[in-house]
Amino acid sequence: MINYIFKRILYAIPILIGVNLLTFTLFFVVNSPDEVARLHLGNKRVTQEQIQSWNEQRGYNFPLFFNQSETGLNVIKKTIFYEKSVKLFYFDFGISDSGRDIKYDIKQRMWPSLAIALPSLLVGLMINITFALFFVFFRATKVDYIGVIFCVALMSISSLFYIIGGQYLISKLLQLVPISGYAQGVDAIKFLILPVFISVIYGIGSGTRWYRSLFLEEIEKDYVKTAKSKGLSEVSVLFNHVFKNALIPILTGVVVILPLLFLGSLIVESFFGIPGLGSYTIDAIQSQDFAIVRAMVFLGTILYIFGLILTDISYTLVDPRVRLK
Amino acid sequence: MFVFLLTDIFFYIIIFSIGLYIFYVRKTKDILETWKHVFKSRTGIISIVVLSFFLLIAILDSIHIKEKIYNEQTESFSYESEIKSVLDIILLPTYKNYEKSYSSPFSSNLYSKETIILENNIERRVYPKLLYKGNHNKYASDNTVNILLTFIISLLKYFFVFLIFYLFFYFRIIFKRKNNIFTPFKLNKVFLMTLSIIVILSIFLYELSLQYYVLGTDKVGVDVLYKSIKSIRTGILIGTLTTIVMLPFAIFLGIFAGYIGGFVDDVIQYIYTTLNSIPSVLLIASAILMLQVYMANNPLNFENIYERADLRLFFLCMILGLTSWTGLCRLLRGESMKLREVEYVQASKTFGLNRFSIIVRHIMPNIMHIVIITIVLDFSALVLAEAVLSYVNIGVDPTTYSWGNMINAARLEMSKEPIVWWSLFSAFTFMFILVLFANLFSDVVRDAFDPRSNKNYE
Repeated sequence: MINYIFKRILYAIPILIGVNLLTFTLFFVVNSPDEVARLHLGNKRVTQEQIQSWNEQRGYNFPLFFNQSETGLNVIKKTIFYEKSVKLFYFDFGISDSGRDIKYDIKQRMWPSLAIALPSLLVGLMINITFALFFVFFRATKVDYIGVIFCVALMSISSLFYIIGGQYLISKLLQLVPISGYAQGVDAIKFLILPVFISVIYGIGSGTRWYRSLFLEEIEKDYVKTAKSKGLSEVSVLFNHVFKNALIPILTGVVVILPLLFLGSLIVESFFGIPGLGSYTIDAIQSQDFAIVRAMVFLGTILYIFGLILTDISYTLVDPRVRLK
Repeated sequence: MFVFLLTDIFFYIIIFSIGLYIFYVRKTKDILETWKHVFKSRTGIISIVVLSFFLLIAILDSIHIKEKIYNEQTESFSYESEIKSVLDIILLPTYKNYEKSYSSPFSSNLYSKETIILENNIERRVYPKLLYKGNHNKYASDNTVNILLTFIISLLKYFFVFLIFYLFFYFRIIFKRKNNIFTPFKLNKVFLMTLSIIVILSIFLYELSLQYYVLGTDKVGVDVLYKSIKSIRTGILIGTLTTIVMLPFAIFLGIFAGYIGGFVDDVIQYIYTTLNSIPSVLLIASAILMLQVYMANNPLNFENIYERADLRLFFLCMILGLTSWTGLCRLLRGESMKLREVEYVQASKTFGLNRFSIIVRHIMPNIMHIVIITIVLDFSALVLAEAVLSYVNIGVDPTTYSWGNMINAARLEMSKEPIVWWSLFSAFTFMFILVLFANLFSDVVRDAFDPRSNKNYE
């Protein structure tokens, strides 16, 4: 087991290097730092000195790979590749283009993101599974048919509609909770209810359908037929056999996204003004703060790979048939 | 003069390949049987008709022309700089005039009060009357009666059209071969009903929009209905063009990895795992941000804003395609790995068939069902993604008509008092209709093509 985890972590390294090279190519080779600086300073009548000083402030004033003017190790160290890409491996995200410490910001902002994403995930999971079990219980009847059509309809609505509609209806017309904002501590709840509620509603369509198909796949298997022929009731088969066995794919599907919950949801956070990592990313994209985008790409990749490893571990925990080698 | 924008050309290629595929299906019996499943289901027929209607609008909107104008001073012909599509020309009477600002659906005056000065210098705050529509009822002065009469007239027009078509088909059936393309439809009741409803609705809407702003006007007084209809092309292009970009990567790399295996497999697997590990929104965002920087620093020589916006749409599809082929590639790799071991492939290998022929003859046809299911599944997700990307400012060009841009522009209108709801409403409704039928269609297609689908319970 430990060997396996160790192997998986080793396997993650080439992937991280690949991601790192890819982001480096995207952000520094496709457009040179000078061009990025020119964009930030406004395109017309920018002098070379202005570009120079802009780059110097943010540490973009090095050559890409080899610094000929330095000696020793500094030939490699005093380069953009080392400063901006390799340092990500030490979780040194540097400063953003607007001069803020990215690592500090991320530490501050990951908790509000989690405060929305985790409840949304858990509540959504419960509701979706309940609905799915309900439809599976009434499978091949009108209830199931109408339910599926309803799910497809829910899936077809843009996420923006849920957010804008929910904000208008609940915050503006009914005035139950504030439209947007965030507070520390217990006060945060009143700001969190609506985004969580909307995220859950948005997920019902696709979630229910997905779990329904998982249950249906399970219900065709032989052990279900055996259980039924032994005379067990439909409800007992559904809960004791089908549900338990379907939990394996459900659990692994959930575990893989657990680490990514820290990244938060881009649009929900920015609509509700929650100071999480999602709105951080959106703000960075909109103000073209590439240092932050780069850091988020790397962080997202690490979290995703971490999620994959967690998934493998959780497999062995829930399914004794699986042994990791 | 015809103008071919970059996306137009690719869109024609897509239409052409759909045509080729239909031709291929008609010749191949087992695939035809599978598709007949789709045509047999009620949902299948309805969604095909609705989607074809959307596709037709997109095609009409993709044939662009420049109009010739005669210059009297130099006595020579020159071309207008404005590019129009055939759809624009058809709809021209409904949208050619702009109002001043917002007006609500079916309203006869502007949405906000303005100060006007009467003859004897008295200022008054009134709702100014609309200039071009809303006050030009054709059939009756009362709005409700007028709308009702318009509906009856469009019904009559529909029956006239229907009669002509009916006669056409009637004679076709009597005089011509039995086995024409419409066999699966067989003038099926559901098909005819859906088609009739769509035709009646479009005639009705057209008649109405000659007299009213059916969905109101936006901030600068443009008909919202017209904007929503123009957005159909953008939505469909993003849904289809992205797939076309993605397919070659997914199919070739997937098959190579699965069938050839070994080192090739390792490399391809590494590439798609790496791409897949980056959260897709962030990858798309970084690629588009870099494209924006590139386009800002290297002002390519565009003839006009249309080509610039068009190029951006094209690049958006390219980027979406380049970042989304990994999922399909992995599926295809697994499937071709399975197929490699199947007896008939092993047999043809022993007969000395080369790799290329095996891939073309045996592997390709047997993975096509996965490809088709993925294409139709992805389509609706891409249409929805466009709106979100435009909201984050990494979507289509702001001058392009798109639902995302409409929503983005209308977001602030929600805080106005009283609220301006119709822009949002129409963008969401149009998007909902397209995505809903695409989803229903993909369900039916998956049921027909996926051997694993829960057929017994559908």
